[in-house]
Amino acid sequence: MHGHNEAEFLKEVAGFLGVYYLALAAMNMTAALYVWKSGKALRIVKLGGTAATTAHLWLLLGLVFLLMAPLGFSGDAATMRLVSVPESFREIINVAMGPMVYTVGSVVGLVVLFVLRRFFVKPTVAWIGLNASLLLMGLSMTDPDFADIVRKADNVPIVGLIFMLGFFTWLGAYRAIENDDRAKRGLPPVEAEQREKVLVWPDLVYIELICMVFLTAFLLVWAIVLKAPLEEPASAVKTPNPSKAPWYFLGLQEMLVYYDPWMAGVVLPSLIIVGLAAIPYLDFNKKGNGYYTIDERKFAYVMFQFGFLLLWVTLIVMGTFLRGPNWNFFGPYETWDPHKVEALNNVDLSEFFWIRWLHMPRPKAPDGAGILRTLAMIVYRESPGIVLLVGYLAIVPHALVLGSRFFRDLFARMGFLRYMVLANLLLMMMLLPIKMICRWGFNLKYFVAIPEYMLNF
Amino acid sequence: MASLSEIIRGSQIWKSVFRHPLPVDRRNRIAVILTNFFLHLHPVSIRKQGIALSYTWCMGGVTFFLFLVETVTGVLLMFYYRPTLEWAYQDILALRDVTSMGVMRELHRWGAHGMVITVWLHMYRVFLTGSYKPPREFNWVVGVILLLLTLLLSFTGYLLPWDQLAIWAITVGSNMARATPILGHEGPGAQLLTVDGISMITNASDARFGLLGARFVGEETLNRFYVLHCVAIPLAASVLMAIHFWRIRKDGGISGPL
Ligand code: HEM
Repeated sequence: MHGHNEAEFLKEVAGFLGVYYLALAAMNMTAALYVWKSGKALRIVKLGGTAATTAHLWLLLGLVFLLMAPLGFSGDAATMRLVSVPESFREIINVAMGPMVYTVGSVVGLVVLFVLRRFFVKPTVAWIGLNASLLLMGLSMTDPDFADIVRKADNVPIVGLIFMLGFFTWLGAYRAIENDDRAKRGLPPVEAEQREKVLVWPDLVYIELICMVFLTAFLLVWAIVLKAPLEEPASAVKTPNPSKAPWYFLGLQEMLVYYDPWMAGVVLPSLIIVGLAAIPYLDFNKKGNGYYTIDERKFAYVMFQFGFLLLWVTLIVMGTFLRGPNWNFFGPYETWDPHKVEALNNVDLSEFFWIRWLHMPRPKAPDGAGILRTLAMIVYRESPGIVLLVGYLAIVPHALVLGSRFFRDLFARMGFLRYMVLANLLLMMMLLPIKMICRWGFNLKYFVAIPEYMLNF
Repeated sequence: MASLSEIIRGSQIWKSVFRHPLPVDRRNRIAVILTNFFLHLHPVSIRKQGIALSYTWCMGGVTFFLFLVETVTGVLLMFYYRPTLEWAYQDILALRDVTSMGVMRELHRWGAHGMVITVWLHMYRVFLTGSYKPPREFNWVVGVILLLLTLLLSFTGYLLPWDQLAIWAITVGSNMARATPILGHEGPGAQLLTVDGISMITNASDARFGLLGARFVGEETLNRFYVLHCVAIPLAASVLMAIHFWRIRKDGGISGPL
């Protein structure tokens, strides 16, 4: 893929890496200064008479990064190896990573973060997490395959998005937990204490002005440092491989692997928009209006995060960084080889059912049969999938009501229609991971395959 | 110098523009918000928490600011850019190679990516604070439409440089419209619209054709996307933003605990 040789490549990233580690050093030293000055430093261990605090820890980290900066600047292969992810680790990651491991790993990761959220929102823990991810990113930048994808001008904002989402998810959870703890002690949320009014001039107008100045400066620097991409002139005959949609639609493009275009490209995007717009009319919980909280609206929180962080964002990240030529999956340190072949032998549910399990040919109308008869036979052929889907969308909501207090309560308060709309929207959302797992686990292609009418599901 | 500024502020011209003295006391700080067209978007006073960065993350404001940046840089780019097969790519090349200190294209592209990101983060914040709950349900719906328009703005703009990246991203993105149920020629149920054995839905009459103005991404598409990108969608988005901001005030200002 990348024509340049190793030495040239390392020279290219060296300048960036040096500055990067300097920035990390500055970041940690500022943090050390801040916790020390504000008296927020936490004691870690006691050594004789003096205690080592987080201020010392951040200072130490800053010094380590400061030492790494010249190594990053060097651009010399042997030196750079000291600030690289070990080859063996990269190999392991490349081999172990696949769409299944990536997605299931993201689910597990988010579940762990959620369940142990009281631990992970602690500023000390979160700061260590941030440092670890920035360090991993820096150490990976010396890998040409990793760097090639991450440095693509249009991908840079996505790297930014990942870190910003991490930060804001942390901030939201931190504030929510603070409020949840206050609620347990019978106190109102923090937001309620800031009820007094201030004048918009100067308080708000100045904030806006400062924000605008800062943003303008930021955008200008970004625009000067990073050139907008421009490739060869458009050619209708030379198809690039991979051909990717703009990055914010890559989650939809990823869905094309599991669904036909009419679902992935038309029906599901429409459902996303409709579903988002319906949220205020489906979430009847009066609590949690105007302040951060998780405990008072756990169900809504979890469902939203499932759809947003997991299905929308991690699929975009996968589509951007891990999908290469022919939309094959590539590990983060793997070369995008257009000749990589992945055995694709996906089987429809009707084939599983009739041929593999019942050992008989799939039902088929005789040649020349009337349209109604043909249709009836198609439905008969696809009946296993149709039964499954109807059961999933129509019966599961009822089963939930019968089987769980929580859903019975929802049903009682929402009424039949609203409850079914909510349940069906959520079930459609859940169908995507179910389909993914059926695909990876059993090579299942379609639940219902009616190519005669281009209706595959 | 003080006297000079006094002279200016005492002049008829100044007074005709600004109808009151500098906002240094309470009375005039209220007046400045009420009498200035741009500032009157705001209420006069606001709950402290409504301006706390840790509450709103200022993301709606940043999105709006980026929209303004896109408008200004976009107008400047329109001075140079001609949406035809002959010139589109050439003009973008010239913007890079000929224009001195040309960062307009960069500002416009990175601002656009930024706007997509900040609009998501804004929605995320509004969700996390439950600010879509009554009485703000409808403003959330307006927001969802704004989100859609932001993505469409970015999508239509992606085509304009007319390079490989552009036409293939739009090809991939718009191919899906072929499969629109009933209205796409490869969509389920397309056969239903058949008159006298002739299908009404073909690759020259389906939803994708309507979007592209042709059977593939070509000159008609460039023109169509240019008009959508520079006129139609920005206009629609501006109107909706006006409604969005109006509704924030009518719904009782930035949300807070009841
Ligand atoms: C072009 C896009 C948008 C712009 C320019 C915009 C702008 C703003 C601004 C400036 C505010 C004031 C508070 C703040 O900054 O957070 C606001 C509030 C609000 N926005 Fe948006 N917004 C946009 C899109 C959206 C989207 C996508 C949603 C939701 C799906 C949304 C829903 C809301 C709601 C419900 C409020 C009231 C929040 C509260 O009272 O706490 N907006 N918007």
